[in-house]
Amino acid sequence: MNSSVGHSIRHESAHLHVSGEARYIDDLPEPKDTLYAAVGMSTQAHAELRRVDLDRVRQAPGVVAVITAADIPGVNHMGGLFADESVFAVERVEYIGQSLFAVAAVSVEAARRAVLLADIDYAVLAHNLDIRQAVAAGHQVMPPKQLQRGDAETALQHAPHTLQGQFQLGGQEHFYLEGQIAFAQPKENGDLLVYSSTQHPHHVQEMLAGVLGLTQKDIVVECRRMGGAFGGKESQPGFFACVAALLATKTGRAVKYRVDRDDDMLLTGKRHCFDIVYAVGFEESGLISGIKLDYASRCGISADLSGPVNDRSMFHADNAYFLENVAIISHRCKTNSQSNTAFRGFGGPQGMMAIEYVLDEIARYLQLDPLVVRQRNFYRTDGSRDVTQYGMKVADNIIHEIVAELAETADYTARRQAIQAFNAANPYLKKGIALTPVKFGISFTATHLNQAGALLHVYSDGTVQLNHGGTEMGQGLYTKVAQVVAETLQIALADIRCTATSTEKVPNASATAASSGADLNGMAARDAAQTIKQRLIRFAAEQYAVAAEHIVFANGRVHIGDVANLSFAELAHQAWFQRVSLSATGFYRTPKIHYDPHTLSGRPFYYFAYGAAVSEVLVDTLTGEYTLQRVDILHDVGNSLNPALDIGQIEGGFVQGTGWLTTEQLYWNAAGRLLTHAPSTYKIPLAEDVPAMFKVSLVNKKPNPEDTIYRSKAVGEPPLMLAMSVFYALKYAVESVAAHRYSSRLNAPATPEEVLLAIERLQNQPEDFPA
Amino acid sequence: MSETAVRSSITFRLDQEEITVQGISPTTTVLNFLRDHLGRKGSKEGCAEGDCGACTVVIADLHRGQLRYRPVNACIQFLPLLDGKQLYTVESLRPAPGELHPVQQALVDCHASQCGFCTPGFVMSLFAFYKNHASASREQLTTALSGNLCRCTGYRPIIEAGLVMYDYAQAVPSPEISALTAPAGNPVGQDVLIQQLQALAADPRSVALAHGQQRFFAPKTLVELAGYLAAYPDAVLLAGGTDVGLWVSKQHRDIATLVYLGNIAELTTLTEQDGWLDIGAAVLLEDAYTRLVQHYPVLQDLHSRFASLPIRSAGTLVGNVANGSPIGDSMPLLLALDAHVVLRKGDETRELALEAFYLGYQQTALQAGEFVQAVRVPLPSAGRALRSYKISKRFGQDISAVCGAFCVALENGRVSQIRMAFGGMAAIPARAYHTEDVLRNQPWDNASVEQAMQALASDFSPLSDLRASAHYRMQVARNLLLKFYLQTAEPAVQTGVTRREVCV
Repeated sequence: MNSSVGHSIRHESAHLHVSGEARYIDDLPEPKDTLYAAVGMSTQAHAELRRVDLDRVRQAPGVVAVITAADIPGVNHMGGLFADESVFAVERVEYIGQSLFAVAAVSVEAARRAVLLADIDYAVLAHNLDIRQAVAAGHQVMPPKQLQRGDAETALQHAPHTLQGQFQLGGQEHFYLEGQIAFAQPKENGDLLVYSSTQHPHHVQEMLAGVLGLTQKDIVVECRRMGGAFGGKESQPGFFACVAALLATKTGRAVKYRVDRDDDMLLTGKRHCFDIVYAVGFEESGLISGIKLDYASRCGISADLSGPVNDRSMFHADNAYFLENVAIISHRCKTNSQSNTAFRGFGGPQGMMAIEYVLDEIARYLQLDPLVVRQRNFYRTDGSRDVTQYGMKVADNIIHEIVAELAETADYTARRQAIQAFNAANPYLKKGIALTPVKFGISFTATHLNQAGALLHVYSDGTVQLNHGGTEMGQGLYTKVAQVVAETLQIALADIRCTATSTEKVPNASATAASSGADLNGMAARDAAQTIKQRLIRFAAEQYAVAAEHIVFANGRVHIGDVANLSFAELAHQAWFQRVSLSATGFYRTPKIHYDPHTLSGRPFYYFAYGAAVSEVLVDTLTGEYTLQRVDILHDVGNSLNPALDIGQIEGGFVQGTGWLTTEQLYWNAAGRLLTHAPSTYKIPLAEDVPAMFKVSLVNKKPNPEDTIYRSKAVGEPPLMLAMSVFYALKYAVESVAAHRYSSRLNAPATPEEVLLAIERLQNQPEDFPA
Repeated sequence: MSETAVRSSITFRLDQEEITVQGISPTTTVLNFLRDHLGRKGSKEGCAEGDCGACTVVIADLHRGQLRYRPVNACIQFLPLLDGKQLYTVESLRPAPGELHPVQQALVDCHASQCGFCTPGFVMSLFAFYKNHASASREQLTTALSGNLCRCTGYRPIIEAGLVMYDYAQAVPSPEISALTAPAGNPVGQDVLIQQLQALAADPRSVALAHGQQRFFAPKTLVELAGYLAAYPDAVLLAGGTDVGLWVSKQHRDIATLVYLGNIAELTTLTEQDGWLDIGAAVLLEDAYTRLVQHYPVLQDLHSRFASLPIRSAGTLVGNVANGSPIGDSMPLLLALDAHVVLRKGDETRELALEAFYLGYQQTALQAGEFVQAVRVPLPSAGRALRSYKISKRFGQDISAVCGAFCVALENGRVSQIRMAFGGMAAIPARAYHTEDVLRNQPWDNASVEQAMQALASDFSPLSDLRASAHYRMQVARNLLLKFYLQTAEPAVQTGVTRREVCV
């Protein structure tokens, strides 16, 4: 119990997970007469709605209510940054899957059957999903943004070498195992209690207030845990909550909207697909002298979080490298597809993939080890070349040490040589290896979101209920924050219960996102715990006439000078009896950060998290299939709050990133229908895809230089980008078929088909490819 | 219609109870029954199509007198298929309040759950493994977990839990609990369960359920089956339900009459006679492939890549064949081996070469009232080389982009017999007749194979879809032929990357 922080404490719900007793929203007891919702969805990618006839839907067995936009008492949009996304389409649909109306019925099956009976007459319009066509046509959800430093154009003109190219990065479905769900229960006076599987209960509360024409005080949104989220439950749950709440309000009955997996994938946004054009000038050493990057992303039909996602792609265009002369343009394209949204990394992965691609190409062109070229371009620690393209000094740089240590422990150089020998000896199988770094900025780029609240109750028996604005999606936030409180009060974790996140307990909480959950909520909870601790000290000092500095909390006991030695419970009981308040709120706002969204400059990040990975692959050049043979990771979490949970985030993030870059392919047909909308067609990694040699280490003894919670660092997102090493290992293996003389122009996801096509390009017509 | 005595209810065991159910739709899934009728919310719905494994439950039944524990996807398994069996759900496992099963404790101690939503499914897959195997290797475990998706952990700690779970087994007070907590090889408590299942099996009546417009029959004899098929010509035959389950869970279709084949002894057997292996209509994919691999060890890779263990533990090989999907993974192999199908209608049977069975997209030679009673597979003969390759985006539990199978016999270095067949290349699983002709009687060398690779274009013009482009399909089909050649003629050249291929 003492020094709870820093230990590999198991997840607070682990025993409930394994016994099936952990309750998710669909497992909650249902009030009598609960109804079940389903939504009618557009079957056209772009069309005017000539007629929407719902008579057969209304008459379907078991249907109790049918609602459309006309039934919305408030506004027919879900707020967010822009009011550009409706709950139900009116007059026009813009993607296949867009919601048109909703049904409440006596069973899930009845509701799902009923929505299929709608008679809708569409006047079909031309649709587009192509990113570059959207750029050309000026179809955008927001205007493009530019970020530059120095003079990239001139640097390119004067550079001894230049390369240019274009490649695509596919999107990614979150594939949280628990699909979207909301359960709305009407209360007296028109109030509502909504259980929502959401990373952002306050945002759901805001949306509900707008759509229902209520105020935030009328609505409670609660979330005990999610079955995974990954960014997919940041803005997206609002829609499901609105549907359930509208139907609940209309019928006066509890309404649950649990969406079928296929519908979930058809309705909701995903990671943004990117098309990237680059031009780079560089020296003989591989040092970049100037670079131009043109990012265009598929945002779907509305802005959602596309603005900040694309901003972050520009902020992470440097990854760990100093770009002296750089010009980045970012197009935010409107397409007839799901409105893309937050996904672990939040644009950072796409931004970094671009610079890593460029460096890989430079190394291949110069026939240098890509690791050497990467190291030469790193931000420096000697006071030069250490300011990002957005004007923030990289003051906490440890990438040199991490990469050097990893290269050593993973035996990178010797393995690379062995791989070259293997490739020379094997005509059909090729191996590849790559070591890639990660530097990821921690904080919401929207400064106002960097705040958190907590609420702490100490009961008269000395046990504690802890609440904070952060949500539990599996990452172990409740565990970490409880550890912080246990540490602060020096009590046992077993005496602390972290209760469900609720807008009723902590108001105006930010999304649990941007990796910030433990950083923000840990600090807020510590603040609350310290407030109570100070009250207890003041009380004990008076009660026992001992100087406050002689009162020490340790190991569940409170030492009051030489006068008394009480258990924490005894002191709490005495304090209660003497009418000391044992309830406190806590608050935290991240210091030092500021950022001008117009000039894209400032210090958007409190600090950076670092890491690096080495991956080795084996490719079958006859089929394009490949296996991941070995992975070594060294990752920086500062002083770990909980090494087991942190390693869990690193491993899970890495595997998820590997899925993004390899097998997870989103496929829309010519009609604009997403055909990969279920696990039968959309392929996330399996247990057997994880290499037997998968070694993950935490950077040792590097506390966060900034004053974060126990000098830890955020860990949610950064590890995802360690998977870039898998992609560049594949690229290396592919390019070995032509002795690395030509670019494979490999795109992501590097499915077996993409790999084989890249190999064919190299084998068949090398003369078509500029060296 | 036969006059056999029937019963209008089903009875299965759940934990220590017998549960008798009647008056409920026979297409109710086990998952919905557990969650909606029994209030057992531990099993989760993640996809409702048998792909994510969050709903995995374990069915124990008697197979050749032995207890067998099968992990199955409750989301697509119809409730009546539980009749006569023992069901375990994640709620079954805690040996006592506050205690955890060895599998559960190992998962907790290895930090193997994050969001926890997939965890009950992993618990059950590991539980089935624990009861079926006395020890675990990493490779066995990843195969056993091929039907369980986890999006949080990256799997490493789950695999680790599987490796250490045996260390948690310990003596417990009662036989009932021991039957749960003891791993395979420890017979404590098993005899009680066997007796209980034998008692259920002793009921001579077959099941005949009616609910509204729906009917469900589970005949015990071929005669009884013939009666039902004559009386209900539009009846849907049900074996594992791994496809039919989706008609209900995803397509919301009404199925009027279901006839279940799994209780007919003649259809559940694997028999070997006169150089043929006969695989009955109700033989599980897992059992069929296990036997095939015994005879043809080169099929091990195909076996492990065929769907997931829970699907293979419910679905049947004959179901795969009779379904006739152009991307079914059994058919290229069976066509290359010149397997036959035995078709039955009433008392009449006829035997057909498999290649004559497929007439067009989702069209077969089955006549009204006729069904596939068995698939007959030739056993290995000397001098023939066989390979079957499956190519998909993901190695495990994926649907083929292309599946190719090749069988060759040589005489004096020349091709004396050659059969090759593909899935994913045409509207039906089909042989490459032109390409075979190009190779037949030619030297088995690079030049012949090069020619044959080009000839594949005269056999197939594949489609582009979400799984692969036409170009990729054709190129891979050609390269698989090359790979087959290399593996048979130049085995020293390394050409395999999967775990079960010859690998570096």
